Amino acid sequence: MTKKLKRKLRNIILGAIIFLCALVIQHSASDINVNILLGIFLIAYFIIGFEVVKKAGKNIVNGRVMDENFLMMIATVGAFIVGDYAEAVAVMLFYQIGEWFQSYAVNKSRKSISDLMDIRPDYANVLRDGKETEVDPDEVQIGETIVVKAGEKIPLDGIVIKGNTTVDTMALTGESVPRDLIEGEEVISGCINLTGMIEVRVTKEFGQSTVARILDLVENAGSKKAEAENFISKFAKYYTPTIVVLALLLAFLPPILIDGDYFKWIYRALSFLVISCPCALVISIPLSFFGGIGGASREGILVKGSNYLELLSKAGIVVMDKTGTLTKGSFQVKEIHPAKEASVSEEKLLELAAYSESFSNHPISKSLKEAYFHGAKETAFDKKRIGETKEIPGYGIETHIDGNVIYVGNSKLMERREVSYEQVEANGTVIYVAEGKQYLGYLVIGDEIKADSRQAVEKLYKAGIREIVMLTGDRQAAAQSVAKELGIKKVFSELLPGDKVEKVEGLLKEKSEKEALVFVGDGINDAPVLARADVGIAMGGLGQDAAIEAADIVIMTDEPSKIARAMEISRKTLVIVKENIVFAIGVKVIVLILAALGIASMWLAIFADVGVAFIAILNAMRTLWTKAGKKT
Amino acid sequence: MKKTYILEDLDCAHCAGKIEEAVAALEAVEKCSLNFLTKKLVVEMEEGNVSAVTKEVKKIVKKIEPDVTVEEK
Repeated sequence: MTKKLKRKLRNIILGAIIFLCALVIQHSASDINVNILLGIFLIAYFIIGFEVVKKAGKNIVNGRVMDENFLMMIATVGAFIVGDYAEAVAVMLFYQIGEWFQSYAVNKSRKSISDLMDIRPDYANVLRDGKETEVDPDEVQIGETIVVKAGEKIPLDGIVIKGNTTVDTMALTGESVPRDLIEGEEVISGCINLTGMIEVRVTKEFGQSTVARILDLVENAGSKKAEAENFISKFAKYYTPTIVVLALLLAFLPPILIDGDYFKWIYRALSFLVISCPCALVISIPLSFFGGIGGASREGILVKGSNYLELLSKAGIVVMDKTGTLTKGSFQVKEIHPAKEASVSEEKLLELAAYSESFSNHPISKSLKEAYFHGAKETAFDKKRIGETKEIPGYGIETHIDGNVIYVGNSKLMERREVSYEQVEANGTVIYVAEGKQYLGYLVIGDEIKADSRQAVEKLYKAGIREIVMLTGDRQAAAQSVAKELGIKKVFSELLPGDKVEKVEGLLKEKSEKEALVFVGDGINDAPVLARADVGIAMGGLGQDAAIEAADIVIMTDEPSKIARAMEISRKTLVIVKENIVFAIGVKVIVLILAALGIASMWLAIFADVGVAFIAILNAMRTLWTKAGKKT
Repeated sequence: MKKTYILEDLDCAHCAGKIEEAVAALEAVEKCSLNFLTKKLVVEMEEGNVSAVTKEVKKIVKKIEPDVTVEEK
């Protein structure tokens, strides 16, 4: 509880006690002097409501008359004037209690949200002149070395230069299985170092680090407003003047036309105004979206704005990229086939392929090297064996190994070098190897489907996605086999990056206006498509600035099943938003009518104001309750 | 440049909207956004105007919500 809330609570309790005493005196000692009684009630009134009266006074001086404080002051002063002291104090008391609960709920929500995003590191232990110094992460420069002990938060992005450990990435990704880190690997700020002590060479300033960017993104998500939020501001624009006109009519028309009882009707008009305060909507709608975005971030789903959360809930078509999204995007050597007429072993064939690709960083080269060194991260090539090497883009590599000319590449390369080879059809990329004109055999390199891809597709269909479309630059055979395994019916294959934009544009034209098109990619080279879709989702954003930049929603882990999870969160948030709109407006309209008819007292009016706001805030906070950490 | 202020004790969403509007209307302010939930007021302006804008922001806040204190970040 903040100081301000504590002070307010103290005043409310103290005032309530005096108020009760006053009530007892009023009922038991009927012969008491009226002025003394009024004095006691006034003491209670000022203890409880001094701030309201003060604010109302200040506002009048500043030329702003119409606000809650002013209304409460008029209503209570009115009650004093007609001699209903108890009513005056009670109304003020009730109003203050309601306000207090409302502030309390807002504070509480703020706290839960900031707890959720408790990934900001407080300090960094930097090594300077051989000594560890604790400094603010902001003060650490690129290239400096920091020490992170077990149990500490990793404050900055960098590369491990000493030590091995496991880290907990839960706060960033929602992933509960710790990740192993060894020397030479990249480490991301915001993770918690679990086991060993590591030294990290810093590669990014704090402002550019993963944790700072995520925090910035989530905190600023509110600036992109959802339609529901805009609806509320538009609504308030017409609503407030309408209510004021109605209140004026209610105050003066009936007494002129009917009974001449100005006091009664002005009092009703006042209740009318108290009820009308749009606070419940103004607070709870943005709070719902903020909660939804906060809850999603806890599960490793970063949403860049309330509008995207809203659009996602309307998704009808999901277009997915294949490589890197549904498949791992890390290629693996699946098959090795030495040619019958050549006398080479599988191992020798792999060795030649790996050696020829030793200088290349192409994903396929990487997979060859990995297979040859059995997954070791350090490649130990005997550089002396490798001679002049030439990479021919679109064909492959020509190189000299142990003095022999070696060709490693696709069928086009074989044809160009007039190698008599055997064309193979396989589920994956085929790499042919030849020594001079002598054909040695081929290797098949394939991509692996992610463990939860199938589940992701199923869940999306279940969530009511009308159509899932897979796009890929891969050959038709490979694309079809993946699609079949996952249960995706519509596939476009052999696309160039530009074609993907075209396909998405075509789908955008076909769909109805009410539904949204979601594109999911790995964010590396599909930025234009991410931008073109209604909602662009990038996968595996952890540590990838480009993906975080380009997409509307970033999924920090590599799990496509999180797409369905993101949709669930968005729908739940939207349901809560609608509940709040209907509930708040509904209660208000009913109580407004009751007040106009004279059935609703000032008490009910105050409930319709602060009580409804309080309940709407509580409801909004439900958006935060996600199954954080649980695997979906 | 962007400058962030923290509005401590801001607990009226309606007033937050009014503060945002008033700050945005300042001549030296290019853009501004107030996040009620994080209590952060982010103002974009020219480097040279910072102290003048800060003064104005404090004035506006004092007028609309006297209880709120403006902290510079």
